Amino acid sequence: MSETVQSQAGLGRGGGRHLQLHIFRYNPQLPGDQPRMQTYEVEEREGMTLFIALNEIREQQDPSLQFDFVCRAGICGSCGMVINGRPDLACHTLTAKFPDGEITLLPLPAFELIGDLSVDTGKFMRAVSERIEGWIHSADAEGVDINRLEARMDPDLAEQIYEIDRCIECGCCISACGTKRMRPDFLGAVGFIHVARFHLDTRDQRSDDDWYEILGDDDGIFGCMSLLGCEDNCPKNLPHQTQIAFLRRKMALVR
Amino acid sequence: MKIVYTDSLVIGAGLAGLRVAIASRMRGQDTLILSLIPSKRSHSAAAQGGMQASLGAATRGEGDNEDVHFADTVKGSDWGCDQVVARMFTHTAPKAIRQLAAWGVPWSRVRAGDHQVVVNAERVTIREREEAHGLIMARDFGGTKKWRTCYTADGTGHSMLYAMGNKAIELNIPVLERQEAIALIHNGDRCHGAIVRNLITGELVAYVATATTIATGGYGHIYKVSTNAVIVEGMGAAIALETGRAPLGNMEAVQFHPTAIVPAGILTTEGCRGDGGVLRDVDGYRFMPDYEPEKKELASRDVVSRRMTEHIRKGKGVPSRYGDHLWLDITLLGKEHIEHNLREVQEICQYFLGIDPVKDFIPVRPTQHYSMGGVRTSRTGESAGLRGLFAVGEAACWDLHGFNRLGGNSVSETAVSGMIVGEYVADYCEGATLDISTGVIRGFLEREDAYIGQLVNRSSGEHVYELRDAMQQIMMEKVGIFRNGGQLQQALDELKALLRRSQNLALRNRIRSSNPELVDALRLPRMLKLAICVTKGALQRTESRGAHTREDYPERNDRDWLKRTLAYWKNETDEEPTLEYEDLDIMQMELPPGFRGYGVDTAIPHSDTARRQQQIDEIKKSMPDADRYTLQTALMPFELPAKFREKNERIGVGYA
Repeated sequence: MSETVQSQAGLGRGGGRHLQLHIFRYNPQLPGDQPRMQTYEVEEREGMTLFIALNEIREQQDPSLQFDFVCRAGICGSCGMVINGRPDLACHTLTAKFPDGEITLLPLPAFELIGDLSVDTGKFMRAVSERIEGWIHSADAEGVDINRLEARMDPDLAEQIYEIDRCIECGCCISACGTKRMRPDFLGAVGFIHVARFHLDTRDQRSDDDWYEILGDDDGIFGCMSLLGCEDNCPKNLPHQTQIAFLRRKMALVR
Repeated sequence: MKIVYTDSLVIGAGLAGLRVAIASRMRGQDTLILSLIPSKRSHSAAAQGGMQASLGAATRGEGDNEDVHFADTVKGSDWGCDQVVARMFTHTAPKAIRQLAAWGVPWSRVRAGDHQVVVNAERVTIREREEAHGLIMARDFGGTKKWRTCYTADGTGHSMLYAMGNKAIELNIPVLERQEAIALIHNGDRCHGAIVRNLITGELVAYVATATTIATGGYGHIYKVSTNAVIVEGMGAAIALETGRAPLGNMEAVQFHPTAIVPAGILTTEGCRGDGGVLRDVDGYRFMPDYEPEKKELASRDVVSRRMTEHIRKGKGVPSRYGDHLWLDITLLGKEHIEHNLREVQEICQYFLGIDPVKDFIPVRPTQHYSMGGVRTSRTGESAGLRGLFAVGEAACWDLHGFNRLGGNSVSETAVSGMIVGEYVADYCEGATLDISTGVIRGFLEREDAYIGQLVNRSSGEHVYELRDAMQQIMMEKVGIFRNGGQLQQALDELKALLRRSQNLALRNRIRSSNPELVDALRLPRMLKLAICVTKGALQRTESRGAHTREDYPERNDRDWLKRTLAYWKNETDEEPTLEYEDLDIMQMELPPGFRGYGVDTAIPHSDTARRQQQIDEIKKSMPDADRYTLQTALMPFELPAKFREKNERIGVGYA
């Protein structure tokens, strides 16, 4: 089922392309509402991103349209959605990227739908952190004397940790994961990259045996089918497969 | 009527809010955080460049300590800050960063040996000390005497927010997401929590708390273009203002960052210039040394933003369809440095401009960036008007920054003030009892419910986005970097007209549950009140200080204006705030007003300045053998929670 909202008078005068945005609509809060696709027409301007286009639709055409943006600069991970079939951040997607001007937007699958393009990644990511206990486990962390020189760290190690600490929990890897579809409790790449980060960090005193308790089954590292959806669709270009392969080998050696 | 009770209620889950909540939780109190969004998406994540703390491990940071950081901060504020707060802050900053290191932040570390760096557009070699190898590194930032800005590549805020967020998860602190506080519950001079709207279901719930802390960030989006995240709309400050009791401080103090990209308004970090990048004009000419021969591109932010605007006004801007801009040139830093230390900048350029900063100049323009003003608090972080109400971070006017904040001091303030104020919040919770009738709570709930009902039921009226756009344009055009009396008066009149019109908003999407238009409609009148506070404060302040620049009053005027603006919204029907002023007492200052070192010294002095300087000289002379701590205490003693009073160790100097 599809309906078209006509662009307002005045649009088109700038001479830009007319983009067709086909957007998934459904508000679970509204009794009787049905999932459907709705098409909006927007006149393209130079440098237009999906952030700009979606806000223009909300302000000028349809104030009920739900979506999430926070930083609109590609660093907070709020605006993951499926854009012409692939999960990505809407804020850093330029409309110029689509030669035919047809853009289909769907909410990220695998997360609870809030409404239209908005999904609840927060609840999911908190559960991941709790499951892997995603914080530094150190017997002496609380006793650390903050008046004294900090513990030294190898500069290369600090850089390596930062490299995989760059995950923004946008959820694109989870939405792109084949295993996640088959195994609802599969930890997924976001969980693995966090584990890899703490595994690498010498401040975290957990042993491989400890990690095995968290990762050592088919909902963990052994469930990954290596379809590479996470790596292909990570907006931060994190090295998911290398980290997953590393963890799998480590865990295979434990028992 | 749904009521949730807790000891410590924190509104906002960025760095400052998280840190207060962690302090409350560690002291054994029941703690709840409310947030519009998941915590790790907060605007704190956008702090790319770094956190100032005087660790002095980098070679160019040698000799740094609390005293140097203090002096930089006070000068940076154009003597508008509370110097006692600046002391509390600079003393605690090294502890905060070391605590965050223990909690997992992968701070970039000192690498011993020779390094090629770019300083003043030239390649120079700096040798890092063997004995400092592996300690926390620092980079150069504007307005600082030493390399003091500690960082993790250019993702400092992200790393800090994740470490802090993970700590909160470890401590099992609930973060209730997609919840918006729309009013504070108060009775007499005491705050008791907040009325909170669930952004998904639309349900209103009363959160009743012994202590309530506002940590909602600044009010950048009263301007059309801002580097701030889109949720930074000043709602914490606004609901405090609407109590009629809690004043906002120095709302006219608004910072414009020199280098946001055009047109998106997304920030490129000060680290670009700190690491050696330069600014160029339409001719490719590096113009900053002509204006500021000493600090050049690394003058304080307010200075660089003004100089850029001046240069554009001289016709030296680069014309574009989005208006004139200048160029930021980091090509001289080289591919390797950019890909390692300025990668977020590179990504932003690639995604939003389609250019590669390794070989292309970046189009930039000064853009609204930071709110020095906010909920006016005492040194303990408590509101000046309501007991039990605290504010922290950018939402507060604790008054660390006065009229201009130094780069690297904001993300630092979030962690440091969170630590300090967190202890005072916990003290308050231990000492106070909850004493409120459910009748009072019901009154607030019913008031908000009725207002929303009215809004949703109104069939015709004003359009929220049209009014918001008008407000944002007025602020851009008339309350920007350069201000004058005529334009400010016009802006004030126009904003008041918009406020009247905003009483008659009508929605096109008339439902109470998840409804973005309703959210915006609830915020708009509050944003207008903040905009009016900024504008009226700017109109009345007939001087130029820090980021507040009056073309018709170009001098800093210590004689008449060494004071902090306090804005009260005394009656619901008022159309503008009542402004009061709080004097800054020179006779209590450790560093009496002086010359900041930019341009020509035209400040109109205060009669106390010379007297206090003489007094300080005498105290110093009378204590020839005193160490710097003893001397500092003699000049301006300051209090801190007991656990943060000890001295800080530094490499090579120990605790000296």
